[in-house]
Order: sequence, then structure tokens, then C-alpha cells
Amino acid sequence: MSTSSVSKGCFVFKPSAKKKKTLSLEDHFSHGCESAESSEKRFKLCQDLWDKIKSDTEVLQDDLNRKILDSLLDFTRKCSSTRQLSDWASQMRASEIPTAALVLGVNVPDHDMTFQSLSELLQQSVTPHVASVQAKECGALKHLMKRVLERLMGTDVTVDDEEEEEAEQTSTPLHKSVHCSLSTLCDWYKTKTKKSNTPGKKRSSPSRDDPQQPPVVIIFKDLEAFNPKVLQDFILICSRYIERLPLMFIFGIATSPSTIQHMLPHSVSSLLCIELFQSLSCTQHLATVIDQLILTHHFPFKLNAKVLQVLMSIFLYHDFSVRNFIKGLQLALLEHFHSQPLSVLCCKKKDALLNVMQLSHSDLERIRNLPSFKRYVEKQEPQEQVNLSKDDTHLKEVCQKLIKGLHKYHKNYYPVLRCLHTLTSSLPRYPLGKQVRELHLICLEKNVWENEDYQTAMKLLRMLAKDELVALLQRCVEILQPVKSKKMKNAFLQLTDLLTKFKQLDTVAAEPPPCVEEPIISPVRNLQKKTDLFQLQKTLLEMNESRRAKKLSPFEVLRNEALEFLDNLVKSHLSPPESHTLNEVCYYTSSATVRRHLNATPRTSIQAALNSPYYYLQNDRLKTVDGSVSNSAPDICIAYKLHLECGRLINLYDWLEAYATVVSAAEGNNPDSDNYGKVEEVKHARFIRAVSELEFLGFIKSTKQKTDHVARLTWGGC
Amino acid sequence: MSVLEVKFIGDGDALEHIVDKQEGVQSSSGSVQKMVTFKSPAGRRAREEAEHDGDENGLLDEQNYIQALGTDYTEEDEEGMSRVAGSSIFTFQKVKRGHSMAQTASELARTPGKSVTFSTTPSAEPSTPTRTGRNNRGESRTPQRRKKVQFVSTTPHRLRKRMTTPSIRSDSDSELSPSDSGEDEDEEGEEEEQSVKKEDKENSKTPRTPSKGLSAALYKTPAKKSKNTSEALGQPSMIEEYFEAHGSSKVLTSDRTLQRLNTPKLDREMLVQLLEGKPSCYSKEIQQLHNKHRKHFSKWMLQLQLGFSVMVYGLGSKKALLEDFRVSHLGQEIHLVVNGFFPSITLKSILNALTCDVLEHQGSFRTPSDQIQHITQTLKDSPDLHVYLLIHNIDGLMLRGEKTQSALGQLASLPNLHLVASIDHINGPLVWDQFQQSQFNWLWWECVTFQHYAEETSYENSLLVQQTGALALSSLTHVLRSLTPNARGIFKLLVKFQLENKDNPSYTGLSFQDFYQRCREAFLVNSDLTLRTQLTEFRDHKLIRTRKGADGVEYLLVAVEASTLMDFLENEEGD
Repeated sequence: MSTSSVSKGCFVFKPSAKKKKTLSLEDHFSHGCESAESSEKRFKLCQDLWDKIKSDTEVLQDDLNRKILDSLLDFTRKCSSTRQLSDWASQMRASEIPTAALVLGVNVPDHDMTFQSLSELLQQSVTPHVASVQAKECGALKHLMKRVLERLMGTDVTVDDEEEEEAEQTSTPLHKSVHCSLSTLCDWYKTKTKKSNTPGKKRSSPSRDDPQQPPVVIIFKDLEAFNPKVLQDFILICSRYIERLPLMFIFGIATSPSTIQHMLPHSVSSLLCIELFQSLSCTQHLATVIDQLILTHHFPFKLNAKVLQVLMSIFLYHDFSVRNFIKGLQLALLEHFHSQPLSVLCCKKKDALLNVMQLSHSDLERIRNLPSFKRYVEKQEPQEQVNLSKDDTHLKEVCQKLIKGLHKYHKNYYPVLRCLHTLTSSLPRYPLGKQVRELHLICLEKNVWENEDYQTAMKLLRMLAKDELVALLQRCVEILQPVKSKKMKNAFLQLTDLLTKFKQLDTVAAEPPPCVEEPIISPVRNLQKKTDLFQLQKTLLEMNESRRAKKLSPFEVLRNEALEFLDNLVKSHLSPPESHTLNEVCYYTSSATVRRHLNATPRTSIQAALNSPYYYLQNDRLKTVDGSVSNSAPDICIAYKLHLECGRLINLYDWLEAYATVVSAAEGNNPDSDNYGKVEEVKHARFIRAVSELEFLGFIKSTKQKTDHVARLTWGGC
Repeated sequence: MSVLEVKFIGDGDALEHIVDKQEGVQSSSGSVQKMVTFKSPAGRRAREEAEHDGDENGLLDEQNYIQALGTDYTEEDEEGMSRVAGSSIFTFQKVKRGHSMAQTASELARTPGKSVTFSTTPSAEPSTPTRTGRNNRGESRTPQRRKKVQFVSTTPHRLRKRMTTPSIRSDSDSELSPSDSGEDEDEEGEEEEQSVKKEDKENSKTPRTPSKGLSAALYKTPAKKSKNTSEALGQPSMIEEYFEAHGSSKVLTSDRTLQRLNTPKLDREMLVQLLEGKPSCYSKEIQQLHNKHRKHFSKWMLQLQLGFSVMVYGLGSKKALLEDFRVSHLGQEIHLVVNGFFPSITLKSILNALTCDVLEHQGSFRTPSDQIQHITQTLKDSPDLHVYLLIHNIDGLMLRGEKTQSALGQLASLPNLHLVASIDHINGPLVWDQFQQSQFNWLWWECVTFQHYAEETSYENSLLVQQTGALALSSLTHVLRSLTPNARGIFKLLVKFQLENKDNPSYTGLSFQDFYQRCREAFLVNSDLTLRTQLTEFRDHKLIRTRKGADGVEYLLVAVEASTLMDFLENEEGD
């Protein structure tokens, strides 16, 4: 069956059920990936890792949302309970609709999840009556009302149908949308609450009524997008029914709370009793996710600096969406396991060591070809080099050792990274960045201690006062304490040692060295007489010199010692992963792939193809020296190139003529001959095709401004 | 004509005037070459991102962003992929010379190795600033010309004459004229410049009589202009260019029309026939590209099943590629193909196809959202049911609407509905906001195929293709054949009357009374009512249109072009 037709745009294909045999995910994975033999294992690893990442992020998300959701839940509970109190203040309150303004920030794609979990939680613990609406589906008051009623009652109708006839009676007419008003909802609500009441109880007793009067919560997911008029009307109507119907609103706000004031006039907003809730900012959210997923040795899969940079850039510059960040991570994971056959070693240490032993000969050859391994081999003794290149079992043993080394490196890297971050993150002007991820990026790229910013950070640290330094060191100690690695334990002990020394200083430093006073005073005295700028500079320099030459105080000695120690720690543990052998196993490096799949630029691609077809069609005839288009390029390229020369309007005749000139040249016609550059039918037809293709791509459109002209829609290019 | 004004221009001024302009042109033509030099898209990104940057992007400032993306570009080079620098794509409108297209054509014609020269103009460079021969011209300007005021026709015609075939040479009306056909009370700077430069050539000839007397006589006061330009010499030229380009709403293009072609207007069939005859060039390379993309098919399947949607972009029709994918990988799956470029595709038809044909649901829905709700529920209830949705041109004209896209987004976010789509319009991605994009969960695949958009453009009414009305004619004939001879006569009567009046611009149609009278005279009807019954028949087949005139009388009109009607009558006569 063909999928082109002049009368139909949709084609359904249903294979007969009996011969249906679908390939599994795994088959698709192993199909077309590198080195199919280990693909099964890799697929398994990839799947496991992804599942873990997914569940971890979900837990994380829940944790992060918990706080705000809890406060929201408290708010709803409080609202439903105050309603029954009878003092004057709460009576006044009761005439207002309780409203929670939930400021969520601009990471719009993530809001869905938040609202999803919010309404689930509400339904579980507070009230079964929750309806969430989006601006998109509520263009007019009628629609908004309909959606609210549908969501509140419609979901219940299916449940109640079997149990009660009454509910069905009230809800079926609504389902036909005969009468769609809040009074219907009130009636419905009354029957609902009556049903749940045990018949003997009287409704008048407020204390008992509490659980039976669950509020009706309406969530406006995107307040900014709502039509203000619709919202105002809706709120006005609702406020009339507040006596009978315990309504409650939740506004999802992306920008700032003042939008409520912008959208609603005072007369309307005074009907609301608004409480503000601030959700966690998306950058904090990302920081936590990175902290849990990337800055940990629990996940063997790693991103290199560039890939991480790309993912972070997409987050910071495009969407602020943590969900999309995780999606990027998933893509990188998939690509890594799909394209790198040695990723079979990218797993827990125990499994990795096992997998090393099961490597095939071709896999071992791949290891031998890894750049990092080659570098390693070059450093070995000649005999060892031969062994490594010849003996497979020996290589396996070495690989085990190297894998162990790599795991150790990761185990030590992250604690030291965090230590360095705690030390530097409070320095003025943040030489190494405010966030751990920034420091992580620096460390991934090259030796951090060779970085200029690192030097300045160290300089600044050398000027820290004692209490500050001690506090920072204390925090470092706390970071190092839980780490199980041997080296870190050692570092922990040394650091605690230093800390105690700092503390002892207090007692020792009680008697200050008296002799220091003299040399400082003398140049100051010199200054007291009249002096010029030059003189001043000179004396200041001298003072500086003398101070440097001066004997360091015990605190300064100790401070230098501590920083020296930390510097050594950094130098031994924060080397970039590229310097470690077999890093290719764990690190995904192709940032271009990730960026192309996530942050594509279709227009650039189209224009690149039009400008330089040679990059796609590798034909020598298309090769040009200076980057212009060869005259034998595809028709559309030539037409495109020519149209770049035009202003807002393009004369079709001139265009055609110019096109014919070029094409004639391409055909190698003799320029002297009579019909050179003549517009013949085939050329005309080709030109028409090229022009309509350009029109289809959106470069030009037809216009009636002038006969036989088209309008150009882009500027640029030429 | 305004008052003649003669001013003295210093050599330096004149030179500066020219050089400045030429530099502008030079830089613009220079950027053509830059396009393939893989500059990082610094310009655009920086501008774009400066507005975006978030609350705390301490380290990840623009520089890093650019670096991160810039390095990718070099990586891509290794893969043989090229990128156009963003700055060359997104620039401002610039002043265009009327005949620069022809000039480029000649340059292109001269390119690789073919060494085509225009025999008619051995030494004639085009007279506007070009990359060659600039300096000589600047030097050759001598003071003697300053005081001269000449009648100069706007010049590109001369160039064209040189460049193009003798057949066109005889024409003399190919001058530029503004599209809004206003008076040329003030001339564009570029024209002045052209004519100033022309002077050395023109003054040796007799001034040609301009075909449009008014527009061609230009009184030059270059001194004023050159002062301006020399003042602004230090300024960045981009700003100047911008205002120059936007200063006037006029667009200068030549007045020539396609009427002048020797070849007649082509109709659709002719076009197809002509194009079929010629084998596609580079078919081997195109096939290679296709095979390269084919290799990714199983990866697409993997990604689809993992919850991503696959989006294919790049130059060339991707229909064949996706069709290949469909046949090879979706053969065993339930799938739905949607031609987004189909002119009457609607969201309703897509949803109906899903509910009726795929999910086999009998009954109708009141709103699309109900329908989507149903689809969502059904797919949720049967997690083993996988549906693949393949949309050619998701940015197609009929699918661009916000509602359609958000509905598709909702569908795409279902875990067991998998979406593959292609996109072609250069501004296509703008149809989605962030929220929709994350619903779609796109993974973009660059698939440049260089295949012709044959099917995609076949529905479009191209401006160059003559509308033959063949379809209208055949429908006319078919409908009429099913009618009684009397009815046919009635219709023919109306057609004839309309053809008689085809030159009358104020013809609004034949009034009903008049028509009835004529039909009675021809013994075609015997009562008012019979005629009305017949007319209803015609109206149902959309053969005629009625319109109430100002006086309340009904006027009848055949809604078909005159030429088609003529053909129709001829056919009828022949029968």
C-alpha cells in the first residue's frame, strides 16, 4: 500500500496479528552497534544503570518536592478546618477563597511532574476532589467551568455508577453538558458529603463535620497564560458559592507573585486569601541532581568535560529543565554503551573484574588501541611492552589492575573535589566558581593546579584568618570522615591532626613574641616627616620586604602547612580523567553527538547544505576552492545562491535568466554559440522545481506586489 | 524636474564615497566565503544568550558556552559535516543592487575550471563594485567629470546586455523600477553611485533616451552624499547598511516579466514530463547518503522504544527515507502514516484514524480533547499495544496550528505511542514552546538527502506553473454528462453569456429573471420552478455561484476561468 495519494493524508497499517513477531529492545540495541558479541551484556548494564538513575532521580524529586508539598498540604488542611470555627476572624476568613500561590520558576517542562505529585498527594491525604486545569483548554469561562466540573465529577461518575443510582442521576445530565454551573457542583457536593456521612449523625455539629467536608481543590497550572477576564469571572462566581462549597485554589506561577496583582483587580483579589509558597529553584534542583548522579563514584558511567558542558549549557541557556538534563544523560548513557564495545567494563568493580577475564581477543585488541593504554605502554619497560602487546592473559591481569586503579581514583576524586570546593567557594570573587559542578568541570578539563584561578584561590586562602580557616578545615574533615578509601582515611587523620594543632595555638600564642615590634615602627616613623609619592612608595616596599623577611608567626607556619597539605591532596587526586589509563571505558566523550541530537539547528543544516553541497555530496565536481558554489551544484543550491543577491523582491524572469546562464556554463556549452544561456524548456522546468522547493523550505513566498515577483523571507547569507 | 544643482566635489571625497561603498559590498561578499570557514557561531549565540543568562551562571558564561559549542564544530569537521556560521545566517537586510544576481550568475558560471567568459564583453566588468577591477576605476576618475550633469538611464540593462543572449539584447525596457511605483523623487544612494561611476563610459556615448522619461533623468548631487559618507566613515558599516536597507520601502527590481520568455508557460503535466526525462545528477552520492542514514534505523527503533521521538531534518525530501524505515522496521507493527504536506489534512482525520482504524472504536467524539482522552486511556489500559506514528512534515501547513501541535505533543508523550517525524521549513521548530518540546521529547537526526521534494511540492500551486484548470474542466464535463440535455443547454447558455461578457470588468453575473427569459426563449424550461430545480443541481455540484446584487436580484456566475470555459464549449461542440 502506498502512502501517497491525492485524496488522503492518513494511512493506517495493521499487520495481521498471527505473524506478528516484534523485535525486542535488545535486538534493536545489538543491531548495528559495534561488536555485537558483547552487546547483550552491555545492553543489560545500560538498562540497569538507566533504571537506577531513573529511580534515584524520582526519589530525589520526591524529596525535593516534599517540603513544599508538605507545607501546601498543611495549608489545605488548615483551610478546611478553619472553616468550621465560629469566631469573628475566621468568619471573615470564610468568605474568602483560600488560595495558595505556588511560585515554581521558569522551568516550565518540569512543572507537570510537580503538579502530578501534588494532586496525587492531595487526593491521598486531604481530599478526593482535586481538579487541575491548564490555560490552553480554558479559552472562555464556559470551557473553564466545564473542565472543572468534568474533572471533579467525571472521575467520580465512573466509580459511583455501580454503587449508587443517585450520583448517576445527577451526573448524567451534566455529562451531556446540559447545565454546567456551580450550583450543579454544589448539589453534587452535597450528595457526595451526605453519602459519606453516616445517616444518624447531624451535620450541624462542626467538630464531627471536619473529615466529611473535604475541600474542593482547583489547581491552575499556568496562571500567567490564563485569560484574566475568564479568571476574574470564575473567581467572582466561585466566591458566591463559598458558603456552600469549600473551594480552594492553587495557582502555579512561573514568574513572580505580582502577576496575581497584574491579572486580577483589587475587587477580585480581595476575594482571595492568598498565601505564597516558593518552590526550590531549578538551579538548586540541578545542583542536587548533579551531586547525586554525577559527583559520586556509585555510578560507573561518567561524562567528560565537554559533554557535561553541553548538557549544562542546554540547561542554563535554554530551558532550565532538570527533566531534559536527565534526558540528555540518558542519551549519553545509551550512546556510550551502544558505541563503545569496551563499555562492558563500565560497571561495579566486582563485575568489571569478572568481565575483564571474559574479554575476547578482539576486545583486548581494542584495549591495546586505546590512546590512554598506548600512553601507559610507552612508559613501561621494553620487556613489559612486548608482554602487553602479545600476551592476552597478562594483559587481562594488567587490565584488572588498571580498572582497580580507576575505581580508586574515582573514590578519592570526589571527596577531594568537595574539600577543595568548600575551601574555595567562599572566597571573594569565586576564583574557582560558586558551584561544585563548575569546579568539577575545571578539574575534568586539565590539571586544576596549573590553572591561574587555582593559584589566586590558594593565595587568597593563605590570607585567611584563623577562625575562618579552622571552620573550613573542620568542614573538610567532615567530608573526608565517611569515605572508606585508605588514602582518604590517611588524609582525614592528618587533617584532624592539623586542626588540633590549630587549637593548641590558642594556648601557646598567649605569650606573643615581643621582639617583632621594633623594625616595623622605624619606617613608619620615617614617614611622619614630609615626603613625596616616590618616597612613600619606596618606604612601603621596604616595609613589605621587611615583613616578608620577618619570621613567620606560628599560626602562619601552621596555615602554610595546612594549605601545603591540601595542595598535595589536590595534586595527587584531582588529575583529569584523561591522564588515567582505560578512562575511555567509563567516560563518554562525544559532545557533538549529544548536542546534535538534543539541540539541533535545522536551519543551519539546511543552509549549510545549500551553501556547500560538497560536504554532503562528496563529488569532485562540487569541490570549490573559495567556498562558493560550483556551477554544477544541484539546482536548488544554484537558485538559492542567486536569490541571496536580491532584496525584498525577486524578479522571476531575471532569476530564471541568471539561473540559465549558470546551468549552461555547467553543461559546458560554448559561450559563443547562439543558444548559450538560453532558457529552454528543461531548464525552465528545473528552475520551477528549484523555486518551488525553496518556497517549500520557506525562503521565498509568492507576492502580488509586482507581476512575476516573489518575496524573499530571509536576510542574510550574502 | 527639480532645480539643477552643481557642486564641486573633491577627488578625495569622491574616492572615499566610492571606496566606502565598495568596502560594504566587499565585506558582504566576503561573508559568502566565510560561510564555510567554520567559525564558531559566536556572534549569534552571544547575542542570543546575553538575554537568557540565568541567575547564577558563574562559570558558565557566554564564553564557555561558545567554547563548548565551538569545539563541537571542530569535531564535526572531522566527520565531514559542515556548519554555516550563525552570523552569516542571521544578518540584517542589506542594500541589494538590482543586477547583482546576474553578476553572481556570471561569477558562478565562471567557477571551477569551466572558464566561461562572455564573448560580448571581453573586458567589461560589471560596473557596480566588484571584487575585481576596483582600484583602477577609482583611479580613473578624473575631475573633469564632476561638473557634468547627464541624463543617465539606470544602468543594469547594459550589463545584462553584455551578459546574456542576443535575443534579449534588443530590449530596452529592462530598467529597475520601484515596486511601489512611486515617483522617483529621491534616488537611492546606490543608483547615484552607479551612475556616477558610469559617467566615464556614458559620456562618450549619446545619452540613451530613457524609456520612462521621468525616472531616468537623474540629477546628481553627489557632493552632499559623499560628505555624509565621509563623516560616517569610521562608523561600523553594519548600522549604516541597516538603515540604508530599511530607509525606503521601495524595492528596485527590473520590470521584466515572464511574458518575454520564448518558452511558453509550462503546465504541471509538461513539467513532470520534462523533469522525468532528465536523470538526476549525483544520484550515486544521493544513494550513498541514503544508505548512510539507513544504518541508523535500528538505533531509531531503540530510541523510540525508550520513549524518545525521532525527528529527521536536513535538506532534501525525507519521504523516501522514512518510507524505507517504515517498510523495513515497522512492517510488523501497527503504524499510521500522516502526510503533513497534504493540503487538507486535519487533526480530526489523524485522531479519527487512530480511534477508528487503530483502536477500532465505534462512535464519535464531541471534541478532539475527548478523543485524545480516549486514546490515552485505551493505550494506558493495554500497555502491550504499541502504535507508531509517522508524520511527514510535522510542520506542514495544516499541522502548524498551536492546537494541532499540542494535541500531537500529548499523543507523543504517551509511553506506547512512538512518533517519527520530519521537518523542512527553516522556521519549523518555532511551532513548539519549551513545554511542547519536552512533551515530544525529540531526538534530532540530521538527514540531508538532497532528494527532490517532488511529492511535497506537488500540491502547491507554484507561481510559475500555469494553472490549466484541467481538473475543473474534467469535473465540468463529468457532471454535465450525467444531466439531461435540457440542463446541459441551460448551463451552456449561462456559460456563453459569461464568455460574451468576459472582457467586461463590471460584469457581476446573469440575473435570474434575465436567465429565465433566455431559457424560455430557447425552450429549455417552461416554468420558474424548473429552472430553480436545475440551478440547485448546479449549485450542489459547485458549478455555479449565486450572488445577491445591490437591488436584491439574484445573479448567477460560473466559478470557472474563462479559458477553461472556452475549452469546455469547444469540447461540447466537438461532441
